[in-house]
Amino acid sequence: MRLRVQGVEFGYKSVPVLEDVGFEAEAGEVVGVLGPNGSGKTTLLKCMNKALKPKAGSVMVDEREISGLARKEVAKEMGVVPQNSGVNFPFTALEIVLMGRGPSLGRFQMEGENDLEIARKAMQTADVLDLAGRPMTELSGGEKQRVIIARALAQTPKILLLDEPTLHLDVNHQLEILDMVTQLAERDNLTVVMVSHDLNLAARYCDKILLLQRGRLVAAGRVPDVLTPENMEKVFKIRAETNYDAQVGAYAVNILGYLPRENGRVQGKSA
Amino acid sequence: MVAPDLGKLHRDKLALWLLVLVLLAAALFISLVVGVAIGSTNISPGTVFGVFTGSVTDKTIVSIVMDIRLPRVVLGAVVGAALAIAGVAMQGVFRNPMASPSILGISAGAAFGASLAIVLGLSVLSGSFAVPIMSFIFCLGTMLLVYGISRTGGIVPVETLLLAGIAVGSLFAALVSFMQYVAGEKLASIVIWLMGGLGGASWNQVLIATPLVIAGSLLMSLYARDLNLMTIGEEHASSLGVDTQKVILVLMVATSVVVAAAVSFSGIIGFVGLIIPHMIRMMVGPDHRILMPASILAGASFMIVTDAFARVVMAPAELPVGIVTAMLGAPFFLYLLRRRRHMMGW
Repeated sequence: MRLRVQGVEFGYKSVPVLEDVGFEAEAGEVVGVLGPNGSGKTTLLKCMNKALKPKAGSVMVDEREISGLARKEVAKEMGVVPQNSGVNFPFTALEIVLMGRGPSLGRFQMEGENDLEIARKAMQTADVLDLAGRPMTELSGGEKQRVIIARALAQTPKILLLDEPTLHLDVNHQLEILDMVTQLAERDNLTVVMVSHDLNLAARYCDKILLLQRGRLVAAGRVPDVLTPENMEKVFKIRAETNYDAQVGAYAVNILGYLPRENGRVQGKSA
Repeated sequence: MVAPDLGKLHRDKLALWLLVLVLLAAALFISLVVGVAIGSTNISPGTVFGVFTGSVTDKTIVSIVMDIRLPRVVLGAVVGAALAIAGVAMQGVFRNPMASPSILGISAGAAFGASLAIVLGLSVLSGSFAVPIMSFIFCLGTMLLVYGISRTGGIVPVETLLLAGIAVGSLFAALVSFMQYVAGEKLASIVIWLMGGLGGASWNQVLIATPLVIAGSLLMSLYARDLNLMTIGEEHASSLGVDTQKVILVLMVATSVVVAAAVSFSGIIGFVGLIIPHMIRMMVGPDHRILMPASILAGASFMIVTDAFARVVMAPAELPVGIVTAMLGAPFFLYLLRRRRHMMGW
């Protein structure tokens, strides 16, 4: 499904957080949203799924504008994996995944065979079927994140939004989650938009990168065109270069050092 | 490892829910009969049953059962159910298993309303309903005040709500102390109201409290599934199509109505809203679709049993039931804290 974001603006009170942000993503594409802290990455994601109402601009899913859709309708099109949140109540993994069926059920309707089958498929994809009966409070960080992804998949979305899906995970689980997400995009033709802080992982797994700085889109496009030494110096204040890693078969960002701050007190570690 | 059969897991869960509901309904029925039977003159459960079915016609016994004991037991059931479901809703909204109606300051608000009515002698003006009416008004008023203070830029952050509730609650607690200080010979009335009890129960009170508690509970149960999502995080809930701000507001209003209806007749009865949801959660898990009805049944039984205990333990004197619930509740809660921390995910 095609996602088209045009001229989105958002601000908390009078402070602008997003200014004129626009991009397009096709079905099967994985789009990475990168930028330093406070650049508006999460806000952009929230504007896309109607958790926040943009002041201006539009978000279109195929030919439908989401501002004209009910929240539940949006939830049927878009699955969201929010930033890691501690689950305080001992719901089982299956119960969490079945919550993804909520938008498709009536207020007092219980989940039926069809919903269980969808949950089973989602859990199989996210490799959490074995955990079905276990309470979330007993699962490891990686397992929890996979359960939340399964919950998003149980919404049978056409678009998947992920907010730092690899945060707090060890390296093994980071790769595992991102492998899974990119395979999903390919296999089920999902449009994936993913906020990340990890330049290297984003370069490796994304088809397209959006680079945000103070709420503005600095660059958008293919990995080597966006993650240029100039852009990374400007946005992240680092010296880095992006190369194609033939061994991995993907782009990799090589971080060489960081720039001293304006006052010059912090020294960059040179390579 | 063999993949678990999701259908079986799901069906087993539903079977457990049904079993728990049936057992709790049976327990409620038994407590109703036993609660009516126990008192200064003991009437056998068989006789109580006979009065219900019409086979016992002795005027004195019928009068004791129908005019004195039954309204008290039914009011107890309604109050217990109200406090329990209010606890469920607050714990869900605040994503905090320690939350209870008192955390929003609404119990303290109700207490101030009641003590104001007692000190000003309002009952002289408007009959015996002055205290309940004032506590009801202050209960709702406190909720609106707390909500209004917490609202910034169109949204109500849960953390702000919690802190505002504690602060407003402390203010009203201080005002209650002040009322006690200036109460003079009315001090005893205030203290007894604050201790909580079902002593003055009448059918009129039952007729007023019951519809309010039922309406509030129905309103809350509309949002049971949304509340499940909110306990795992507001972002999860909103991404699944839940209007979290609306849910918070509706649940707060419903909670206040239910609590106000209960405490305005019974006074402050603590810990029911804390103990019951926890016990039920241990039995059936954290899903609000079962937590709500099961807590209603269990809260009702619990209140009937503790009230019966309060009536007989120091007979012929009667212990305020709030003392009993607190004496049972606080140690039980500490036990939970030590033993079940991991299971409850605290």
